[in-house]
Amino acid sequence: MMKRSTIDLWVGVFVAIGLGALLFLSLKVANLTSLDASDVYQVKARFDNIGGLKVRAPVKSAGVVVGRISEIRFLTDVYEAEVVMSIDARYPFPRDTSAKILTSGLLGDQYIGLTAGGDSAHLKSGDTLKLTQSAIVLENLIGQFLYSKAAEGPDNADKK
Amino acid sequence: MPDQNVVEIADLSFSYDATRHVLSGINFAIPRGKVVAIMGGSGCGKTTLLRLIGGALRATKGSVRVFGQDVAGLAPDALFAMRRRMSMLFQFGALFTDMSTFDNVAFQMREHTRLPEALIRDLVLMKLHAVGLRGAEGLMPSELSGGMARRVALARAIALDPELMMYDEPFAGLDPISLGVIGQLIRTLNDALGATSIVVTHDVQESLKIVDYIYFVSEGRIIAEGTAEAVRASKAPFVHQFVWGEADGPVPFHYPAADYRGALVDARPR
Amino acid sequence: MTRVLALVSELGARVTSLIWRLGYAARFFWATLRHSGTAFRRFHLTVRELYFAGVLSLIIIVVSGLFVGMVLGLQGYDTLARYGSSEALGVLVALSLVRELGPVVAALLFASRAGSAITAEIGLMKATEQLDAMEMMAVDPVARVVAPRFWGGVLSMPLLAALFSAMGIFGGYLVGVVLIGVDVGQFWSQMQAAVDFREDVVNGVIKSVVFGVAVTGIAVFEGYDAPPTAEGVSGATTRTVVTSSLAVLALDFVLTAFMFRGI
Repeated sequence: MMKRSTIDLWVGVFVAIGLGALLFLSLKVANLTSLDASDVYQVKARFDNIGGLKVRAPVKSAGVVVGRISEIRFLTDVYEAEVVMSIDARYPFPRDTSAKILTSGLLGDQYIGLTAGGDSAHLKSGDTLKLTQSAIVLENLIGQFLYSKAAEGPDNADKK
Repeated sequence: MPDQNVVEIADLSFSYDATRHVLSGINFAIPRGKVVAIMGGSGCGKTTLLRLIGGALRATKGSVRVFGQDVAGLAPDALFAMRRRMSMLFQFGALFTDMSTFDNVAFQMREHTRLPEALIRDLVLMKLHAVGLRGAEGLMPSELSGGMARRVALARAIALDPELMMYDEPFAGLDPISLGVIGQLIRTLNDALGATSIVVTHDVQESLKIVDYIYFVSEGRIIAEGTAEAVRASKAPFVHQFVWGEADGPVPFHYPAADYRGALVDARPR
Repeated sequence: MTRVLALVSELGARVTSLIWRLGYAARFFWATLRHSGTAFRRFHLTVRELYFAGVLSLIIIVVSGLFVGMVLGLQGYDTLARYGSSEALGVLVALSLVRELGPVVAALLFASRAGSAITAEIGLMKATEQLDAMEMMAVDPVARVVAPRFWGGVLSMPLLAALFSAMGIFGGYLVGVVLIGVDVGQFWSQMQAAVDFREDVVNGVIKSVVFGVAVTGIAVFEGYDAPPTAEGVSGATTRTVVTSSLAVLALDFVLTAFMFRGI
C-alpha cells in the first residue's frame, strides 16, 4: 500500500501534466492568444458569389490572419451573399478597404483578403465594405476559356 | 419494549420468488447478554436470517424486531442508525483489501465519529490487542493467514462496541487452533462488551462449547432448540444426525433422483 | 407453431430484461450522482482513484499518443505530398487528433486500462462481501466506493485525452519536421490558422468529458452489478470493455454530428 503523500504527489504531477497538455493545445496548437474573441469589431461585405467560403474561415491582410468570418447569410432582396467578419480590434482598417475572396493554393481553402485603402477614417463595427470581388469559380473560368477559344474560330484551332 | 429481548422474530417467512421458500414460520427471541447459535446444513437459510435481522432483506411475512424496532418499517436513516448498534462478522472476514489492518479496524471510527486521529490510534490498538494482533497493524489483508484475517475482522466488528454481534460462519475454513481462538473470543468479547451474539454455524462441536442456546433450522423451519447439554443428549433424529455427523439419516445421502436401476438400464440414449 | 411461440417469447424476455437492466443502470447512475457529496467532501478518496485511473494510465496514453501521431505524420505526408501541400501536415495531424483521435482513442485505451480495473475491483469487493460488510457498518457503498471511483475516472479522462493529443502532435512534429523536413514555421503556422480554440479544442474536451462519464459509469455499474462469483466478475470485466468501447464510438458519432455540422 502506498502512502497517501506519495499518491498525492503523483496525482499532482498527473494533473499538472494534463493541464499542461490542455494549455499546449489551447495556446500552441489553436493559437488562442492571437484572437481574443471579446476584442473584435464586425464588418460586413456583400458578394455576388462566395464560392466555397465557410464560416470561421480566416480573414487575412497582406497574408496575416486579422480576423475570422463569423456569419454568412443570403440577402433575398438583392440576391447577394452577405459575409460578416470579426476583425481583431488591434488592426484598424481604413473605410475604403476592399475585400476579395481568395484561395490558398490552387485547391486550398478559401479566405477573405483585405486590401487597405487610403481613407483616414477607420472602419467601425457594423460598417459595410463597398469594394468587393467575388470568388473565382473554376468552372466559370474554364467555361470562359473554352468560349473564348471557340470564338477565335475553327481556323485558328486548326493551325495548332 | 421488553428490555430482555434484543431480537424478536415472529411468524417470519421469506422467499426470493414465489416458488422457493427460504424461511417459513420462524419464531424466536434472543435475550440480552446471551450467545445463541443457529445451526443447520448448508443452504438452509441461516445467512438469510442474519440479513433479515440486519435489514439487508425484507421479510415476506411476519416481523423482525431488533432493539424493539420493527426492521421492515424503518426509513433508511433509522436503519443506518440501528446498524450502528449492531455488527456482523462475515464468513471470510470481508476485510477491505485496499486498506491495512489498522485502517480496516479504524474504518468505522473514521466514518462515524469525529474522534482525533491520536485517540483513534489508541482505540484501534486496544481492539487489535483484544484479538491478539496488535503487532499486525501494518500488514495488508493479503499478508494475513485465514485465522488472523478472521480475528482482524472481529476487531473491526467490535470497533464501535456494538450491542448486537452477528457471526456468519465464523469457523468456516479454519485450522483447529484458530477455531479454538475464535470460539473463545466470541464468548469473552460478548461477556466483556455486555453484548448479545448470534452465531450462525454448522460447526457443532466448537459452538456447543461456547453458546447458551441453540436453534436448529432445516428446510426453512426451526425443528429443534435447547441448551448445549440438551442438544448433545437429544434423541430427535435430525439433531442426532447433525450433532454426530452421520452420513445418512433424516437428511438423505442421495439427492432426489429417478429409480437407480431404471436410470442405468432402461433410459439409455438410443 | 410452438417453436415460433417459444422464439417470440424468448425475444420478449430478452427485450424485457434489457430494458429492466437499462432502467436499473439509470437508477444506479442517479444514485451515484446523488451520493457524490462524500467524494468531494473527503476529496482524498477521489484523489486515490485519480491515482489509479489517471496516473496508472499515463504510460499507455503517452506511448500510444506518440505513436499514433508519428503514424499520422508518415501517412499524412505521403498523401499530402502528392498534392504538393505537405506544409498542411500540421493541420492534418492536429485536427484529426484534437477533434477525433485524441478523445476517442484515449477513451478506448482508458476503458481497457482503467475501466476494466474499476469493474474488477468493485466486483471483487462485492464477491468477497466487502460491500455487504460496509452496508452493515452503516456506510453506504455507493457513496464510499462507487462515487469516488466514478469521479476519479471522469476527472482523469479529459486530462488523458489532452495529453494524448499533445503527444500525438509532438509525434507528428517529430516525423514531419525532424525526420522528413517539412518547414517548421509552416507546420505550426498552418496548424494555428486552421485549429480553432472553441470549435476544435473545446469540443474535443467536451467529447472526452462525455466519454469519461460513459466509460466510468459503465465500469462502476458493471462492477456493482456483477454476480458475486469469480466467473461473474471476469464476465463483467469483459462486458465493461466491450460495452464502453461501443458506447464511446456511438457517442462520438452523435457528438460529432452535433458539433461539426456547420463546417
